[in-house]
Amino acid sequence: MTTPSLTTASTHYGVSESGYYGDFGGAFVPEMLYPNVEHLRSVYLDIIGESSFQAEFAALLRDYVGRPTPLYFAQRLSDFYKTRIYLKREDLNHTGAHKINNTLGQILLAKRLGKKRIIAETGAGQHGVATATVCALMGLECVVYMGAVDIERQKPNVERMKLLGASVVAAKSGSQTLKDATNEAMRDWITNPDNTHYIIGSVVGPHPYPDMVARFQSVISEEIMRQLEEKEGRTYPDYVLACVGGGSNAVGAFYHFLDDARVRLVALEAAGKGVDSGFSAATTALGKPGVLHGSRTFLMQTPDGQVVEPFSISAGLDYPGIGPIHAHLFSAGRAEFHAVTDDEAMQAGKFLARTEGIIPALETAHALAYLEKLGAKPDEIVVVNLSGRGDKDLQTYIGGVQERPH
Amino acid sequence: MTTIHVHNRINTLFAEKKSPILSVYCTAGFPHLEDTVPVLEALQDSGVDMVEIGMPFSDPIADGQIIQESSTQALLSGMTTELLFAQLGNVRSRVQMPLVLMGYVNPVLQYGIERFAASCAEVGIDGVILPDLPMEVFVKEWQPIFQRYNLHHILLVTPQTSDARIAMLDEVSSGFLYAVSSAGTTGGALSMDDARTTYFERLQRLRREKKIANHIMIGFGIHDKASFDAACEYADGAIIGSAFVKALSGTSPEQIQSKVQGFISGLR
Repeated sequence: MTTPSLTTASTHYGVSESGYYGDFGGAFVPEMLYPNVEHLRSVYLDIIGESSFQAEFAALLRDYVGRPTPLYFAQRLSDFYKTRIYLKREDLNHTGAHKINNTLGQILLAKRLGKKRIIAETGAGQHGVATATVCALMGLECVVYMGAVDIERQKPNVERMKLLGASVVAAKSGSQTLKDATNEAMRDWITNPDNTHYIIGSVVGPHPYPDMVARFQSVISEEIMRQLEEKEGRTYPDYVLACVGGGSNAVGAFYHFLDDARVRLVALEAAGKGVDSGFSAATTALGKPGVLHGSRTFLMQTPDGQVVEPFSISAGLDYPGIGPIHAHLFSAGRAEFHAVTDDEAMQAGKFLARTEGIIPALETAHALAYLEKLGAKPDEIVVVNLSGRGDKDLQTYIGGVQERPH
Repeated sequence: MTTIHVHNRINTLFAEKKSPILSVYCTAGFPHLEDTVPVLEALQDSGVDMVEIGMPFSDPIADGQIIQESSTQALLSGMTTELLFAQLGNVRSRVQMPLVLMGYVNPVLQYGIERFAASCAEVGIDGVILPDLPMEVFVKEWQPIFQRYNLHHILLVTPQTSDARIAMLDEVSSGFLYAVSSAGTTGGALSMDDARTTYFERLQRLRREKKIANHIMIGFGIHDKASFDAACEYADGAIIGSAFVKALSGTSPEQIQSKVQGFISGLR
């Protein structure tokens, strides 16, 4: 059984007392949200540090989510890329992705805060489903904001949320995607400050959200350490690969290796149709520092400071910013960031299906696509965080580009 | 209350006018890109006391649908911070009432804080409201610059703000204190329920006890004569935003003067 080390934080890359990662982070919220955010900030470490909280969280992760997830040695994939590749199977979690690690932690927190109503934003619907799931589990009212465009293109997840008892509200402003769903969720929280907790789905938003979400996801790297020790006799890999939209699965996979210089941390962003195509979500390549959704981070924006609409084939990476911790890891050179195109991701996803019998989420496929360029040596150990399963992407896979010739 | 010296039109307004002060919010570049200054002129001609010029932002989380849509329209028309200052270049030859810029922090950061303050001073802006700029960050990184340019920074308080924090916000705020009427974004309708009365009376008491040194303007949900009068019972004045923006929607440049006159006279 796992006991997540919720109280461990990186000395060099963890959040400061004032809520910053280097120059990034903070809590840029209107005064209307200040009491809620400040209250959360003042209690979150104490609450998640309580032994009763940790016991309840660990028990649910084990019995309800199905943790620990396997660290699977991918033999055929390893043979192909001539290195030693492990897949951290977050796709085997209940609801099919890493998202539930966070929603479960936050719902336990919300209960201790006495909140009766939960709101969330969602892009592809994975976080929405994970939130609706834990709300059903705890008997709390759940309202999920989702861009009207995303509601159209992710119908099965909308139906799943409704079946779980959640209300799905269409965000009809702006581009009607994840960014706008987040705006609407924040407006709801402004309007319902007393009875409502906002479960943000990634390491974005005002402090303490990025740190809180990172801690709930840190169970991923904690398990990787222990599982590698069992399988390889060492607690660290040479590389960790993860895709980054907001960046919650990447933070979870990086977390316990942040201070370990032996581990190369590799974050893969969505290049969309190409970094310079005008249809991209490669935030570190295209963005510059700015403030959105409560924190200072890298942001895709016009010279006038208006947020630019991102583009990616994967709805989960279709976000114009990244979590402030990633902005810091990028600026400090601790993690390397690369961009992977829609086509590359699609091919890598299909390749994994044929090679290992695992259909990954299109988000995850971005991380897999970089294996070809990684240049890992035959005796090196590579861990890819397999953040989600690809059932939701079936239509895109079927209608997509041709698979790689080999 | 942070003291801003020299001649600031907001100080003069509150010093000289005691009757309810009417402040109106308009979106820059709305309904048409070149309407910014004509709207200001029409508001002045209608006898409005002060104007908040909204700087459009792509993601205005403190605003409701009406202001968001007007912002989107203005941005699509080509409004930028640069263009707004260019439009306001000669505004002071025509408009004498206090002018406040209201917007979100990111476009100002990209324009440059010092450059923004300098541009405000150059065209004759008296104060700035940036709802998503936390007080703590303002004090550390912005306040010295704003003071150098004789620029008021107006902070918000809400029904959820504690007395202790109100005192802190009042200490940093200058020009006036912006009292958000109720939990919610802009564009709602003020309902004078018990919670509202209790909150407004709390603000009155804090003012009486000198725990609030600033004048108080109430905004959010003020949409007609009744809600304006109700809010002014408890404060120095009130701010009308979404209702005015909505009234302007679809107005042709030729109709602006009469449309604005009609809307404002309905409040008196």
